[in-house]
Amino acid sequence: MDLRLTEDELAFRKEARAFVRDNLPASIREKTVAGRRLAKEDYVRWTRILADKGWAAPHWPVEWGGTGWGPVKQSIFLDEVQRGNAPEAIAFGVNMVGPVIYTFGSRAQKERFLPRILDLRDWWCQGFSEPGAGSDLASLRTTARRDGDSWVISGQKTWTTMAQYADWIFLLARTNPQGKKQEGISFFLVDMKSPGVTVRPIQTIDGGHEVNEVFFDDVRAPLDALVGEENKGWDYAKFLLTNERNGIARVGISKARLDRVRELAAIPVYGAGPKIDDPFFRARLASVEVELKALEMTQMRVIASRRSDGKPDPASSVLKIKGSEIQQATTELLMEVVGPYALPYEDPEALTNEPPVGPEWAGPAAPNYFNYRKVTIYGGSNEIQRGIIAKAILGL
Amino acid sequence: MDFELSSEQQMLRDNVARLMKDRYNFEARKSYQASPAGFSEALWREYADLGLLGAPFSEEDGGYGGGAVETMIVMEEFGKALALEPYLETVVLCGALVKHAASAEKRAELIRRIAAGDLRLSFAHAERQAGFDLNDVGLAARKDGAAFVLDGEKGLIVNGDSAGALIVSARVSGGRRDRDGIGLFLVDADAPGVTRRGYPTQDGRRAAEIAFANVRVEPESVLGAPEGGLPIIERAVDETIAALSAEAVGAMSEALAMTVEYLKTRKQFGVTIGSFQALQHRASDMVVALEQARSMMYLATMSATEENAVERGKAISAAKVQIGRSAKFIGQQAVQMHGGIAMTYEYKVGHLFKRLTLIDAAYGDADLHARKLGDRGSLFA
Repeated sequence: MDLRLTEDELAFRKEARAFVRDNLPASIREKTVAGRRLAKEDYVRWTRILADKGWAAPHWPVEWGGTGWGPVKQSIFLDEVQRGNAPEAIAFGVNMVGPVIYTFGSRAQKERFLPRILDLRDWWCQGFSEPGAGSDLASLRTTARRDGDSWVISGQKTWTTMAQYADWIFLLARTNPQGKKQEGISFFLVDMKSPGVTVRPIQTIDGGHEVNEVFFDDVRAPLDALVGEENKGWDYAKFLLTNERNGIARVGISKARLDRVRELAAIPVYGAGPKIDDPFFRARLASVEVELKALEMTQMRVIASRRSDGKPDPASSVLKIKGSEIQQATTELLMEVVGPYALPYEDPEALTNEPPVGPEWAGPAAPNYFNYRKVTIYGGSNEIQRGIIAKAILGL
Repeated sequence: MDFELSSEQQMLRDNVARLMKDRYNFEARKSYQASPAGFSEALWREYADLGLLGAPFSEEDGGYGGGAVETMIVMEEFGKALALEPYLETVVLCGALVKHAASAEKRAELIRRIAAGDLRLSFAHAERQAGFDLNDVGLAARKDGAAFVLDGEKGLIVNGDSAGALIVSARVSGGRRDRDGIGLFLVDADAPGVTRRGYPTQDGRRAAEIAFANVRVEPESVLGAPEGGLPIIERAVDETIAALSAEAVGAMSEALAMTVEYLKTRKQFGVTIGSFQALQHRASDMVVALEQARSMMYLATMSATEENAVERGKAISAAKVQIGRSAKFIGQQAVQMHGGIAMTYEYKVGHLFKRLTLIDAAYGDADLHARKLGDRGSLFA
């Protein structure tokens, strides 16, 4: 047993840290540190910097642009990118549909889509959830039927993150209404510019526009929009969700936010002096750090024992639950640091030269806190994860 | 990163697990608890024969060349069985004091006797006024030529009533709460002037309050520099907390296993109660709490031998916070989900809960260590 990183891993961490520090544009870094929203261009710019270095999709097969790094190096890299306040990868392409395409897609699909995911020429979004199919995803009702040389897709998706930027959507649709509901679902790749696709924004409680409804009104897609076999989409979706849960703990993101908590808590803005001088606050901060440290170790244990059979590891449910709870706890701490000037509302979509009402750094605390209630809901709600643990780990 | 045990360590685990299975079912534990020492002296001999008592000591000191990982393995299995023998006190805590304080000669002598099962030690350190402050030592050590004379009282000395010898911390110089001026003294438990009052503890073990009246300690029984004992005490306590975290993980995993088993067998409303989602989710939260604790057990184990006291202290405090909180949650939930049966003295789960509760309370509870950490800056610096 030896929990230290090897010389090689330590050197790599240094290299990754230096790369982020030296190549992340300051304007992007400042926004991420402050907790402000990034523009589409910010994501594209950073992804292309990574792609130029060959680091845009570390976990992919080398043949398609991956790095060949083992799981520990991948995890170190992710941690450095996140703690270095770089934008998160747009997961829908590189972490979700990419692996589905290179694992189950045709040669033509791989050649067409994978290179454009790497440098974000194509922005992907995810068409899974529906108004009537959230946690019970398999009950989805969007349909796809074959008509001559095309598929005709009808239905509605929802909670589609950043669909307003998307060039493509991958979606699950019912191709067989008979039999078990999981066995009549297929996996499609659809151009968002197709006639009949309508994106309608959903404003979230923080006032922002992050998610959307996407309507499919007899949308025609070519036959090769189907991935793999017809009616096997549920298997591909489960494979995708497994990949989604890699890195779901978001340890680096929480570390970066705790860095921010410490930074702001040291500013003497309000009557009693810096928040960090309050021993009760410091103990609460330390408690969150302890949970995060434990989570980092738990993540390493999961990585070290990763199964090679590609089946979902129920331990990733532990990472999802704890990781999301910690993320929420960090946003709570920031709220507390900001104190009374959490009050003024700034319209995140407004383009304005008006100075903020309170201190410049205070504005994002409340909307981020509100927004982060999502993390225990999405990606399989924490209740769904508890069900997975009860069944798969405890045999209940 | 490598979380695997070596084949020797795996074998050690198998051996201890088998011994616990054969000799430490809960009925057997009750009889050990009822014996005068409050544990099984026969098993102590078997531990010696199996090499457990010398496991974490270096070969040159007369041990078997293991370290913190071996301690972790033994303590985790002991935790599952709720073993009562004074392994933590003798081998881990006093073993560490001897290792770090005693001269090479004394060290070899004491460790040989510990490993052979011939010497059980307890650490007489805590005083009534001290709380968890390791530096708060009032018991006086008065110089008398090259010897010392001890006067004062110590309390909460686990297994102090059955120990053959005591390591006593005492104030050689300075004020009661000064960091400097604390010495460590080896005292025969039957030495003239030593009065012991033994009593049972809430978690089924035994402890003692011990008075020292003009107890003379010859120079060869002074362990280390007579005024520089505190850093050694802190280090030994850090190693003890690491071991305690493994005991806690063992007890937590046993409490969870018993709870899950109960959920699968207990029927109400015509179904097993494990089919109820409210209970499934609670059991899943126990899994999360256990895995977080286990991760910190590894961190504590790997940090126990860290020379840098600040780095070591941060990791150990972090582990103690996590262990304490997980232990409280798992202990309470295990009782709740068992229902009435867990409230009975005859059933094991309640005793796991009690031990877990007292582990949190030992060497500073979760809140105290969270506060300590809070004063030390980021864990991720």
